[in-house]
Amino acid sequence: MKKVLLLVMTVMVAFSCSQKVTNELSGAGATFPQPFYNIVFKDFSDKTGNKVTYGGIGSGGGIRSLQDKTVDFGASDAFLTDEEMADMGGEVLHIPTCMGAVVLAYNLPEIPTLNLNAEIVSDIYLGKITKWNDAKIQALNPDVKLPEQTVTPVYRSDGSGTTFVFSDYMAKASTEWAEKMGTGKSLAWPAGIASKGNPGVAGTIQQTKGAIGYVGSEFSLSQKIPTALMQNSAGNFIEAGTESISAAAKGELPIDMRTMVTNSPEPDAYPISCFTWIILYKEQAYAKRDLNKAITLVELMDYILSDDAQSVAANIHYSPLPETALQNAKAILSTVTFENKEVK
Amino acid sequence: MKDKIFKFLLFFAACSILLLTAGVIYTLVGQALGTFQYFGFFGFITSSEWDPRAGQENYGALAFITGTVITSLLALLFCIPFSFPVALFTGEYFRGKKIASMVGSVVNLLAGIPSIVYGLWGFYTLRPLIVSLGLSDQGFGILTASLVLAIMIIPYASSLSSEFLSMVPNDLKEGAYSLGATRLEVISTVSFPVASSGILSAYILALGRALGETMAVTMLIGNTNNIPRSLTDTGNTMASIIANQFGEAGGLKLSSLIAIGLLLFLITAIINSIAKLTMKRINP
Repeated sequence: MKKVLLLVMTVMVAFSCSQKVTNELSGAGATFPQPFYNIVFKDFSDKTGNKVTYGGIGSGGGIRSLQDKTVDFGASDAFLTDEEMADMGGEVLHIPTCMGAVVLAYNLPEIPTLNLNAEIVSDIYLGKITKWNDAKIQALNPDVKLPEQTVTPVYRSDGSGTTFVFSDYMAKASTEWAEKMGTGKSLAWPAGIASKGNPGVAGTIQQTKGAIGYVGSEFSLSQKIPTALMQNSAGNFIEAGTESISAAAKGELPIDMRTMVTNSPEPDAYPISCFTWIILYKEQAYAKRDLNKAITLVELMDYILSDDAQSVAANIHYSPLPETALQNAKAILSTVTFENKEVK
Repeated sequence: MKDKIFKFLLFFAACSILLLTAGVIYTLVGQALGTFQYFGFFGFITSSEWDPRAGQENYGALAFITGTVITSLLALLFCIPFSFPVALFTGEYFRGKKIASMVGSVVNLLAGIPSIVYGLWGFYTLRPLIVSLGLSDQGFGILTASLVLAIMIIPYASSLSSEFLSMVPNDLKEGAYSLGATRLEVISTVSFPVASSGILSAYILALGRALGETMAVTMLIGNTNNIPRSLTDTGNTMASIIANQFGEAGGLKLSSLIAIGLLLFLITAIINSIAKLTMKRINP
């Protein structure tokens, strides 16, 4: 009996020695890129043996967790303001990982395509347009007969990066929105009904005739929910898709990548497009973290910016980063340090 | 020795619950203090503004307090026509019979269904029904939420009421029968008055349950931060605003949400102690 026990123990020791030392990384934040991260992190684990866990707790929660140093990286749909950056207790970097968009999904069974612009969307959410056959909507859609159906605007009941991106675009494209609604993760809404999360909003729209609401493009594209074509600043009506979303970031981008690409001037760009970021500390030697962890984190970021991971993004209805954005992201990543030395 | 250890363990377990409750209250009050200092306690509970936009933050709990109180009271009202007959059925007419225990367990089964399932049922079945009846354009609102809440609290009200009805002494009822009273008369003049305070406390406990319900209400009430003006108007409740906005909240907003949590805690505590007091009157 003892011999058997000894043998088992020897095997166990031998086995545990032969395994490569693995690192575990943990991150938390935005729910919008979570399906993308789940796939990419799993691929990364399969390739390197390092484990990555990610909790989709919302952008705000992710930043708070990073600030509390309970995670190795945070993820957010909104970049930190200068004030928020100062509160982090150390310099943080924004690394864009992919692009997405916010689309206006609607429920009008007889109408497969619908043109909208920021002014109409603003009027709908402010409660000024209450019927679908309103003259303003009809003017943009001369070829379809709009029903005399009540418009039910749907918005997010929870604080959300999606609301932030949507309101950021609306405030840029409609002066009335900028005055009355403003920009934020949650707003004070004068009309409509609210549901929790993208699935909640999408479910409410699909179950309510005449409803319209904003949802993440990755959600609407994979669920095949009808969405409106939005008029961009060049005057073209554009459907949200992998190419039209990436097109929004074709122009000049700031070196630190803290920018919103909504209301892009590009003629073929979908106007409510956005980056999503992973946020990490520039100096990785904090809270008893070792060099291995820092190296693994940089490897993970490298992998996300690789062609492999970026093509995954396109497959699951996100949009890959365009060339300039990729170069900027790689340049930002190369500034990560551990005890003031570059991490390789 | 064993006895001593056991006693110590019991003591420890009981005290840790007390400590836990004290800790919950301490944290709630501590975190809510910021809001009460900023808006004032009465300012906070009498304002119906809820503006989370940076730079013009303004929070008040009145819309959510009214939403919670209206949905809970309506749910209580809607549940009486179902829970009271069930209680009479299982606790009086068919007491001890197989059919009574069957009905009783089915009703109790309702209590075991997770609230998200009630929410889904309300969302996919009840809501379209309300739209097709022409009561509202989208079917969300106070009425829908109250109806689902009513079904959720039926088991709480009925099983406890039935318990109190079956506790009415047989001597009293037999006395009434021997005087020639009919069954209905026995119920209305003997069983009901004797069990009345127990039944009342059963309904108060059911009300307490309705006050705190979150998930099903969130899915059906429309989550608009306003004081509801009619039965089909949308609104929001205290539990629902916390569940919805907690994730991305910080600073003053977080403090306000915690203050709402504290108010909800107070309201439920008051209702529970009313139930306890009324129960004491029949079971001293």
